[in-house]
Amino acid sequence: MTGGTVSQPLLSRVADSVYWMARYIERAENVARVIGVNQKLMLDLPSGFSDQWQPIVDTTGDRAIFLERYPAASRENVLQFLAFDQDNLNSIRSCVTAARENARSVRETISSEMWEQINSLYLLMAGLEFRKVEEQLAQFCTQVRMACHLFQGITSVTLSHGEAWNFIRLGTMLERADKTTRILDVKYFILLPSVADVGTPYDDIQWSAVLKSVSGFEMYRKRHGRISPDRIVEFLLLDADFPRAVRYCLGQADQALHNITGAPNATYSCASERRSGLLRSELDYAQVDSIIQSGLHEFFDGLQSRMNTIDECIRGDFFALPVYASAAEG
Amino acid sequence: MQFASYDSENFYDEMFEADGRPRPHAKLLLEIVESLSDGQLLRYKQAAERMLLQMGITFNVYGDSAGTERIFPFDLIPRIVPADDWDCIERGLKQRVHALNAFIDDIYHDQKILKDGVIPADVILSAASYRKQCQGLNPPYRVWCHVTGTDLVRNRDGKYYVLEDNLRVPSGVSYVLENRDVMKHIFPAVFEGLSVRPVTGYPGHLLEMLESIAPRQHDEPRVVLLTPGIYNSAYFEHSYLAQQMGVQLVEGRDLTVDGRGVFMRTTKGLERVDVIYRRIDDDFLDPLAFRADSLLGVPGLMAAYEAGKVALANAPGNGVADDKVIYAYVPEMIRYYEGADPILPNVPTYLCWRDSDRAYVLEHLAELVVKSANESGGYGMLVGPHSTREQQTDFAAKIRANPRNFIAQPTLALSRVPTIVGDHFEGRHVDLRPYVLCGKEIYVVPGGLTRVAMKKGSLVVNSSQGGGSKDTWVLGAEGGAQ
Repeated sequence: MTGGTVSQPLLSRVADSVYWMARYIERAENVARVIGVNQKLMLDLPSGFSDQWQPIVDTTGDRAIFLERYPAASRENVLQFLAFDQDNLNSIRSCVTAARENARSVRETISSEMWEQINSLYLLMAGLEFRKVEEQLAQFCTQVRMACHLFQGITSVTLSHGEAWNFIRLGTMLERADKTTRILDVKYFILLPSVADVGTPYDDIQWSAVLKSVSGFEMYRKRHGRISPDRIVEFLLLDADFPRAVRYCLGQADQALHNITGAPNATYSCASERRSGLLRSELDYAQVDSIIQSGLHEFFDGLQSRMNTIDECIRGDFFALPVYASAAEG
Repeated sequence: MQFASYDSENFYDEMFEADGRPRPHAKLLLEIVESLSDGQLLRYKQAAERMLLQMGITFNVYGDSAGTERIFPFDLIPRIVPADDWDCIERGLKQRVHALNAFIDDIYHDQKILKDGVIPADVILSAASYRKQCQGLNPPYRVWCHVTGTDLVRNRDGKYYVLEDNLRVPSGVSYVLENRDVMKHIFPAVFEGLSVRPVTGYPGHLLEMLESIAPRQHDEPRVVLLTPGIYNSAYFEHSYLAQQMGVQLVEGRDLTVDGRGVFMRTTKGLERVDVIYRRIDDDFLDPLAFRADSLLGVPGLMAAYEAGKVALANAPGNGVADDKVIYAYVPEMIRYYEGADPILPNVPTYLCWRDSDRAYVLEHLAELVVKSANESGGYGMLVGPHSTREQQTDFAAKIRANPRNFIAQPTLALSRVPTIVGDHFEGRHVDLRPYVLCGKEIYVVPGGLTRVAMKKGSLVVNSSQGGGSKDTWVLGAEGGAQ
């Protein structure tokens, strides 16, 4: 957004498509990540504990749809639903297909390398089904995650960091922030063991799993050391540097928005910037103790609904324009 | 894989003389292919197919379930056009496109050619592709066919004939560029020692031509490519060309028109558009001017075009010269406007609206190829020698019901090129579609799309009918072989 010649304006439809392409890739990656970690977690559970697969359906927010279609939250059903079910719009398969469909409609905007990577992930998923990956679930999850990372990396080094790139960044960061809040929420209210279990090795294992499900275990150790629920919540919500922390993500999203509009930081030129700025500064100055005191679940709910509002504002500000030219501007 | 048992079966073969010796321009290539170790060529073939799939160079098949994508079959043995053949093709195409532009401009102005009785007026005015709305319009340089993809075939005599002029929205050029890319990537050795003329200049020439027809003269006219969308069979090409030219790929819903011109909807508001390279048929371009039920088009676009607010390539109405009946008169047009004989001849054509021609056609359905005047893509066509009695009866009824809509041509013995079939080579019939750009000047990209009928004996090369393609090499003037 610096001087020189003006770069090509971005079609609203194209902005919409790259934004969703990015969200779907991030979503697919998160689902693969959560499945992989849950699988490992189940192996660590003491005998007597039954497999817990229901909670990871809840992280995607699709509990109701799942229960409608499957009799029980068995490992097979959950994996089928989360990874391969075409009728579940948030399954890995559906996300990858939707990401590719969006990419296909903007092939001239994104780089060929980006397209080829998204296409090869699509071809990978097209050849797979639950039975084929059942025995190598961990490898499958790693494969999907790495393919998504590779896509994001290719995007970063092959696409000019102009407007389209900022919309991609915006979509990625909002999606990631949303997923991190859901993962935390599930741990707190569904996995929560009885009071007697708090602080036991079992509880530690679960908290470690939560950290691992956002690739945050090692970074958390470096930052806070000992496993402590409050610190983990603080780390995943309020850390300024960890790339999956909600505050980091919202900060990046806000920056992307300002790059798009050209408005100076800490000011706003449209509804999405104002909403995003409000939320960002709230997290910048928040303290974890008071959040926990006033209720984590309520806090997560509030966060999610405010992020949804930002998403709606983005649609209104950038994607949906009036039908006739003369109605728009003089 | 060896050519020892290869048999050209009395067809004109692009690689071999009638007596089985390699043609001089093919010798080096054949040696390289034969020197490969066992199985290597098939491994290259698989690698090429994988590459095309990875790159997503696929097309959608109409009538198949929505979104089914296939790769366009690609054969590794190129088709070679020697320098002097090409020289003749290039001159012939320039002459033809020049005459076609003069003809269309004449039809939409004074209609001298009709008044002079060279072409019967009712043939023109009855053409479905004649557009009254275009009467009196003056596109820049009086050019109506900005991009042309002429289909050439070679008959048993080895001569090139023009089979049809695709003037409306010709497609396929992206395969010319991608086929070359794949060949260079997979099988670089095959280029050694030959001077194959590059095709990469096409997108640059296309952009330059499009910029040159902008109605507002300013430094950076805004060019966009208008596509029907991702479900169109040529969508890959639309996005590829837009990407290679660095212009926006727009759909009808991205554009809006008011009294000042045509605008596209961007994240920063509305932006004026100067030139639209449209890959949508006239019929669907503007629901206010043409088909009212079109959801692909832009309401008001024709009015903006007529008012000179925006340029369209190709120009609406140019299909009047792309009607298969009018095709039969192109040699006359060339004599009329160019004052010269055609360099590239037409295929002899029977016009079913002429009583004598129709009688002959109905008598000889089993030998002729019958085509509808306004279809493309190999649809609405009868290949006599390969048809059943039932199909012939069916076509006879159609011809009698609507004679104006049908033409017939002798079944040509299209030339063949060796093609990989299983683990050996067999001859397959080909045509050649070179691409001609016309703005201030005429440019012909050295090469073109060689389409191959992959089915044994088939003469239908269209991709929608199971055709494939080959890289097409035009050799440099020094003769190629060093």
